[in-house]
Amino acid sequence: MIKEIRELLGYRELIYAITWKDIKIKYKQSIMGVMWAIFMPALVVSAGALVKYAFARLSGTPLGLSQIATVSVKAIPWSFFISSLRFGTNCLTANVNLVTKIYFPNEVFPISAVLSQLFDLGIASFVLCVLLAVAGIGWSIYLLWVPVLMGLLIFLAVASVLLLSAANLFFRDVKYIVEVIVTFAIFFTPVFYEADFMGATWKPIILLNPVAPILEGFNACIVLRQMPEMAWIAYSATVTIVLFFASFRFFKKMEPSFAENI
Amino acid sequence: MSQTAIALNHVYKKFKKGELYDSLRDLIPSLARRFFVARDRGNDSLGSKEFWALQDVSFEIHKGESFGIIGNNGAGKSTILKLLSGIMKPTTGTLEVHGRLSALIEIGAGFHPDLTGRENIFLNGIILGMTKGEIRRKFDEIVEFSGLEEFIDTPVKRYSSGMYARLGFAVAAHLEPDILVIDEVLSVGDYVFQRRCIEKMDAILNTGVTIIFVSHNLEAVAGLCQRTLLLGHGKVIEAGPTKEVIKTYMNQGSYGQRQLIDKEVVISKVSVHGKDGEDIRFETGQKIYCEIEIAARVRCCGLSIALLVTDNNHFEIFNTSTERLKHPTICLDAGESWKCEYEVCLNLAPGTYHLGAAVYRYDVQKEYDTLLPAATIYVSSDIDIKGVTNLYPRVVSLHAIGKNDSKTSRDLIRPACSAI
Repeated sequence: MIKEIRELLGYRELIYAITWKDIKIKYKQSIMGVMWAIFMPALVVSAGALVKYAFARLSGTPLGLSQIATVSVKAIPWSFFISSLRFGTNCLTANVNLVTKIYFPNEVFPISAVLSQLFDLGIASFVLCVLLAVAGIGWSIYLLWVPVLMGLLIFLAVASVLLLSAANLFFRDVKYIVEVIVTFAIFFTPVFYEADFMGATWKPIILLNPVAPILEGFNACIVLRQMPEMAWIAYSATVTIVLFFASFRFFKKMEPSFAENI
Repeated sequence: MSQTAIALNHVYKKFKKGELYDSLRDLIPSLARRFFVARDRGNDSLGSKEFWALQDVSFEIHKGESFGIIGNNGAGKSTILKLLSGIMKPTTGTLEVHGRLSALIEIGAGFHPDLTGRENIFLNGIILGMTKGEIRRKFDEIVEFSGLEEFIDTPVKRYSSGMYARLGFAVAAHLEPDILVIDEVLSVGDYVFQRRCIEKMDAILNTGVTIIFVSHNLEAVAGLCQRTLLLGHGKVIEAGPTKEVIKTYMNQGSYGQRQLIDKEVVISKVSVHGKDGEDIRFETGQKIYCEIEIAARVRCCGLSIALLVTDNNHFEIFNTSTERLKHPTICLDAGESWKCEYEVCLNLAPGTYHLGAAVYRYDVQKEYDTLLPAATIYVSSDIDIKGVTNLYPRVVSLHAIGKNDSKTSRDLIRPACSAI
């Protein structure tokens, strides 16, 4: 494991190059170009705002700016995670040429896939920061949690993509399963709503999804200006680390047979 | 004793035929079988849908050596390269690679069609193991070698396949590995570029790099490689000096599957040699000797023995026979053998040529046996000429003969055009 990670570190430049390739290709021959990185999350956020508005109408309370902020703060990391899964699942099969013709550690692909989605997240986050500032969400000491949560989310994305991309290489069913899950997961994840809404019985069940506590954490430390729920963050971190090691082992074990089974 | 760069010991590689799993109905039993049965079934037996891509392959390549691998399609050449580069693992057997190995299994693999030539040079360079600084340093050299200065900022999807290959080879040629593995790079690209590739490979070889070269271009293999491995159906047929291995390969092609049963007279042997015993590579203008042996099954008369030469595209460029050279026809009794030796002068342009023989009876226009190609030769030359013959050109003079200003020269052309 350590040997493999050290080998991977030797391929830093390659990860960087493939990430750039993915980013460049994404916006080649498109008129909107990088604007898409703002457009897509904006659409998700407006959908969330609409849901929030419906909730507000139903309960007879006015729709506050902070509620919109809550949705944005969760929806943007969420769309990063989702697009990482979507893009990452196909990352090995999309690079048949490289997998079968040139040798290097193949985990470069899943890692680059996630990193390339990070570029979009960066642009969207920048816009989000401006919006939050306009909305009057100010600084607080709890913002220090943001990089930690972000790191956790990226790590979780890499762990999932390692597993999914390798599985998809053998059985293309995986990409359809991922597609379905990714489409409907937004209902099972507290993006447009808060886990607290679900009541004491359902909240733990909703938070079992390791992404959920991270999203809740973003909301807590950015909008609510308080500590995230430590127990649940610890849970997410544990799941992430276990999943990462399991996925990495699986990936490396299957790697020698990639070329002949792709 | 030179050091070993690569060693293969009894390498076996098994592949599956057909689809991995055709349906869920096949998948579930096979998974169950794998779970319960696979433990006691060893690696050396074949399942119903499996076949051996490589069987008991062992060879060794020394540091600084150039090593060729030849064989028909499906002989397992590419599989060996994939094992060497680490893309695949052998089913059984061991494999040692000492040093940094760069494999060029397909030229331009890893190019992305949407990226420009410039972007692809960087991407492909890094993929093949160069550092960014290294590429930046060699960038101009790479572009110059490819000859694509004009199109370097055009997406490669707009390139022709030749341009694509040129860029691919240009990047690969500037790698600095300890071992360079090259698979079929000369199949594309025009004549000039092919020659540049070979020159570049020669230059790389002179720096002490170990080269493994896989090609169907036997001339290139003969020119570049000291030793060669001949593969057939996943097995090593012969490994040794390139000259001998190529000869085995050529004989295998023509003699292997010949049906001799229904023939009255057969050509039993065709061999070529020069004055000093060389038999594959010759200089232009050299005299060579071609021996043709025929054997008769039944008594035949009025025969003459023909010598044929074709170029590398199997287009006949020369044809003669004993009778046309004013020799009497020959008569063979049943079981009798005859031998004919031709001397020919190779006034040929550099390239690959195939020699063949035929037994013919002119008065009844009957062809008894033809063997073509029976031998392959490579002709080299100091002077650079194209085509099939060497007309021994010499430039007698080359100088200016006066100058017209542009107006008069236009006037000179116009009436001629309007007249048409």
